[in-house]
Amino acid sequence: MVTLFYLAGILAIIATLFAITRRHAVHALLYLIVSLLAIAIDFYTLGAPFVAALEVMIYAGAIMVLFVFVVMMLNVAEHAMEVERYSLHPKNWFGPALLALVLLAELVYSSLTSINTPAPVGVVGPKQVGTSLFGTFWIGVELASLLLMAGLIGAYHLGRQVMEKEGTKHAADTTAARLDISRDLIHAGAGRTDHAA
Amino acid sequence: MLNASGLAFIAAGSRWGQPDGQVMFLFILAMAAAEVAIGLAFVFLYHRKQSELDVDAASELRG
Repeated sequence: MVTLFYLAGILAIIATLFAITRRHAVHALLYLIVSLLAIAIDFYTLGAPFVAALEVMIYAGAIMVLFVFVVMMLNVAEHAMEVERYSLHPKNWFGPALLALVLLAELVYSSLTSINTPAPVGVVGPKQVGTSLFGTFWIGVELASLLLMAGLIGAYHLGRQVMEKEGTKHAADTTAARLDISRDLIHAGAGRTDHAA
Repeated sequence: MLNASGLAFIAAGSRWGQPDGQVMFLFILAMAAAEVAIGLAFVFLYHRKQSELDVDAASELRG
């Protein structure tokens, strides 16, 4: 179990290093997904199977998929290759890498000189997490739902601006269709005669 | 970065055998999801404005 932890940890580090050095955006995102899956294995060996499953489902399965959707839809990767080649030049990453190395040295030093012996790992299952979440941290659940609602409304509003800009660009868009869109919040795309490009 | 801080929380929670670390990670996950949704909506808007996404060209707030 311990070797699995270290193996998954090294895998996650290597995958993240690849993810930050790729020029093609989709390659970087796929390496990041691999890193997230390795971290999920780490969570499992740390005795947290519930968040290991959640990490795979939500982080790697929803958030990263959303990223990949947007990158593929906007076709960012081909246009951005030249910019990425410039930003991966040594003179650009030397400073941040130096600071990160100092931080890494500090982390390794503090973990080597620590006097705590690792405690035996017990599995903290979903039942305990649920009891704590809906008992002690109930207000956090409410605030998280508020935050997600705000994110939903914000993304919907920003997306609606995109759709309206798309609509005004096309010649086939009549004034009546535009009025219909601006009046009806729910059916934002109804009654439009043109297709999205 | 969020994932790394979540790993630190899970490890801390596992060290004392409490579910608090996992609860914290759940909140981090929810926050990351909301942040990614809004951030990608911004990317969409910026892409409609200019056809290529160059962060160095986005040096002014309006126009």
